[in-house]
Amino acid sequence: MNDPGYELLLWVRGPGWILALAVFSFGMAMRLFEIFALGRREDLAPPRPAERQGSPMRTVWNRFFPVPGLFERAPATHVSGYLFHIGFFAVLFFAEFHIQLFRHLLGFGWPALSAPLADALGVVAIVALLAALVSRMRDPVKRFLSTAGDYLAWALTFLPLLTGWMAYHHVLVSYTRMVALHLLAAELLLALLPFTKLIHAVTIFVARWYTGEQFGRKGVQA
Amino acid sequence: MGEHGREGDGLERWGALWEERTGLSRRGFAQLCAWLAATMTLTSGGVGRVAEALAAAPRPPVIWLHFQECTACSESLLRAHYPTAEQLILNLISLDYHETLMAAAGKQAEEARRATMKNAKGKYLLVVEGAIPARPFCRIGGQDAEAILKECAADAAAVIAVGSCASFGGLPAAEPNPTQARSVAGLIGKKPLVAIPGCPPQPAVMAAVLAHYLTLGRLPALDQLHRPKAFYADSIHDRCYRRPFYDRGQFAASFDDEGARKGWCLFKLGCKGPVTHNACATLKWNEGVSFPIQSGHGCLGCSEPHFWDNGSFYAPLSTPIGESGLSTGVAAAAGATLGAALAGGYRKVIDQARSEARPVTLDDLEKSS
Amino acid sequence: MSATLERGLAALRAGMDTPMATFFASCVHCGLCAEACLFYTETGDPKYTPIHKLEPLRRLWKQEFTLLGKLMVNIGLDQPVSDAELAEWEPLVYDSCTLCGRCSLACPAGNDITAMIRKMREGMALSGHAPEDLVHATQRAVTLGSPMGVKLSTLKAKIRAQERESGLTIPLDQPGVDYMVLFSGMEIVQFSEILGAMARIFKHAGVSWTLSSEAFEATNSGIQLGVSDLAKEILLRTVNAAEKLGVKGVVSPECGHAYTALRWEGPNLIGRRYHFEVVHILELLARLQKEKRLRLRQRDPEERPLSFHDPCQLARRGGVLEEPRELLGKIATDFREMSDNRERNWCCGGGGGVSAIERSEPLRAKAFQRKLHQIEELGVHTLVTACSNCRIILEEGLETYQIRVDVAGLTELVADHLEEDQPQTGAGAAGGES
Ligand code: SF4
Ligand code: SF4
Ligand code: SF4
Repeated sequence: MNDPGYELLLWVRGPGWILALAVFSFGMAMRLFEIFALGRREDLAPPRPAERQGSPMRTVWNRFFPVPGLFERAPATHVSGYLFHIGFFAVLFFAEFHIQLFRHLLGFGWPALSAPLADALGVVAIVALLAALVSRMRDPVKRFLSTAGDYLAWALTFLPLLTGWMAYHHVLVSYTRMVALHLLAAELLLALLPFTKLIHAVTIFVARWYTGEQFGRKGVQA
Repeated sequence: MGEHGREGDGLERWGALWEERTGLSRRGFAQLCAWLAATMTLTSGGVGRVAEALAAAPRPPVIWLHFQECTACSESLLRAHYPTAEQLILNLISLDYHETLMAAAGKQAEEARRATMKNAKGKYLLVVEGAIPARPFCRIGGQDAEAILKECAADAAAVIAVGSCASFGGLPAAEPNPTQARSVAGLIGKKPLVAIPGCPPQPAVMAAVLAHYLTLGRLPALDQLHRPKAFYADSIHDRCYRRPFYDRGQFAASFDDEGARKGWCLFKLGCKGPVTHNACATLKWNEGVSFPIQSGHGCLGCSEPHFWDNGSFYAPLSTPIGESGLSTGVAAAAGATLGAALAGGYRKVIDQARSEARPVTLDDLEKSS
Repeated sequence: MSATLERGLAALRAGMDTPMATFFASCVHCGLCAEACLFYTETGDPKYTPIHKLEPLRRLWKQEFTLLGKLMVNIGLDQPVSDAELAEWEPLVYDSCTLCGRCSLACPAGNDITAMIRKMREGMALSGHAPEDLVHATQRAVTLGSPMGVKLSTLKAKIRAQERESGLTIPLDQPGVDYMVLFSGMEIVQFSEILGAMARIFKHAGVSWTLSSEAFEATNSGIQLGVSDLAKEILLRTVNAAEKLGVKGVVSPECGHAYTALRWEGPNLIGRRYHFEVVHILELLARLQKEKRLRLRQRDPEERPLSFHDPCQLARRGGVLEEPRELLGKIATDFREMSDNRERNWCCGGGGGVSAIERSEPLRAKAFQRKLHQIEELGVHTLVTACSNCRIILEEGLETYQIRVDVAGLTELVADHLEEDQPQTGAGAAGGES
């Protein structure tokens, strides 16, 4: 006798969210310990004098930008990668509805993107992600490297984007049902992030720092 | 063309009959018929049929039960303006039992109910207002609610659950639901059921459903939740006049800010319109004067299941319901503990590999095989 | 004892640490590291993707150092790393990686892939999956003192010849001097003029120096092979000799790997800091030049344009980036930078022990096309470098493709462009460092 969409919406806004957040924080804490408690040995080689060292922080920042010469060699990877990430984070952090969520969680919010702009960026992210998938399946290197985990990470990222867009535009099924599916997809993404390749969202900064530090102490800005 | 003419004739004729029977105006009758036909999505040819049926219909007996409720559904019905409550109660139906409206009380009242059930077996309509608790709550005339409902439903032509409590459990069923209140749906077997949720439901919808039954002798088209599609197919949001602001991303951020004054969308202030199916945005309330969103307050989502457990009325739909702080903290602590334990094991493996490794000599480089 | 899978895996486990776990966790299979690696760009074969060269190590990490991976193995969804798998990876880990470090600078996630390949070789070697040629080179380095089998007697003969030619003395085993100078076996055998060149430079700059009869070989094939214990054994000769002679510094010669081995890996191999400083010859020359103790003259303006090939280990993995430019700036009249230079240079294709692996020759020749393209694009006729291994590879490669470009060592070039009037050798000429 119950509307599955509405029931699901209630679940994902309530217990589902609490569960997803719990799984996320459980997994994140566990994985971070798994990684960071391994430790590393002190590097005994005397580093370059401070003024000649490369800065690890700069490496963390630099790697947001294409490495010279690489863009031309892999334009599809770069373009789809950038557009997807920009679109994704723009809607994640600057769509009005999401800011309400952050306000709820953090106690403060920030100005939102205008609805049409956020909408457009969402579309950009969706298209870019589709292009990334095509590129992954067609590019010889990426096809060769890709495992089920890569496609899982893709799907986990794609679904919230797609359902979010469809909910906003009332496509296919009722708004209630689509919003419920959107939240479900987002919660799935959140809960599985620590256990999948999506953990790179956190670890790349540390990875860049280590590499930046290793090269930096030798006098090379990585 | 003749069609139209005949229809006009019919309306005239039936209007006269109506006037004679009820003492109410012919003009009002024509409007009522047109409105009923429209809201029930009948073809234009149906207006005549409506008129005919309405004017000539025998007044079906109605038993109106009250369980766990606040009587606002009845109150709402009393504010029906088209048809009015008097039209309904005095002229269209025979309200044989209604605890609030009937003159009789006590034994007399219960007898009236039994009489109707006996005399109009299989023909009376059973209207239920309020949720049905488990024993021993809510006993009337020595009988508990569930038993009364079952007894009355057994020989009813159809059951109409008015209000969110009867339809979905409503307030009485809100967490933690101490009386184990339930909706009508699970308790009446296969009896035809119409649910008219809302807290309270739209008076016009209640009237229209009754009128529909009178005129056509059957229940209107229903959705999955037994709601009349004519009134519940669209969401408030679908029909909301503030929708253009929503689409443009213009939201009031507080009840007295610039956006609120400009009549912007109330999403941020907790409006549940996007997921609430009801007719408020079109029928409005108090003879079409206004509805909550028009008066500056978001929709509470009162006609949806569990609306009391659906988080704060003022929390935007895109925010979670309930407290997640503790569980998140506990989960993080558990994860950290497990992670630390695992890492302890990993370190042991690494340390062992490092300490047990014999110094490598040249001989070690030859594969034994 | 002999090499076994278990010993190999243990060696891999011993190398596990937080950075490695972070790197593996961060890889999103974007494939960009492939575009940075000359073995992929020149062959187009995806198996040469740098991160793929680490697949067995990644699997070991996942299976033994993550909960999910452990579970996967337990329920039979994943198989532990096998000996056959390591055997299959041998050509990828050795033949097709020069440890050039280029991939580590390309990965958007920031993974230091090269450092992991270096670690992976530890496990490969101990499980018996290192190329024979590299094993033998290391055996010679340990038993004979030099991977090329250069003996002390050979060195002494070369010293005598160079002393005759330059008219200068080349000191051996002289304690208390500023610098103990090392050479690569390759230099001693193939480019022994370097001995005379050094003598002239140090005379010119007034630097006191010596060779050691106990440690003259700079290279450390234990590192390319990936056996830290042997690398340590080889390294200790140098450390002991230098500390016995009481020199202020040890000069690493024109050999990239020798420099990273001594300067950056060494202290970690022996578990302590040295009691002396390690400088690359180019660092020392640039320093002397800045102090005006080394006065260089310009090349004949008529001479044809030259360029500089950055040895990977010196530049990207060693941090000696500007010194060659400072020196060439004083000498060259028409110096042209390559399209990708300094820390972005392309490897010659022979580093990381690859040049010692005979079977890798066809692959190496293919990979060389990257460098070739860079050189051709420049239109220079002289290519200067500062690594005798690079030099050999460059010469070989140019020969293979019939390109007429001269390859020269920068130290020799410096020696050839010292200002003739002899500098003062008085006060302040004793110390090499400031
Ligand atoms: S006020 Fe409510 S129902 Fe109206 S547009 Fe905004 S969210 Fe939708
Ligand atoms: S270190 Fe150089 S040769 Fe080795 S994989 Fe990386 S880019 Fe390729
Ligand atoms: S560039 Fe980095 S993230 Fe991309 S495939 Fe290579 S190692 Fe993985």
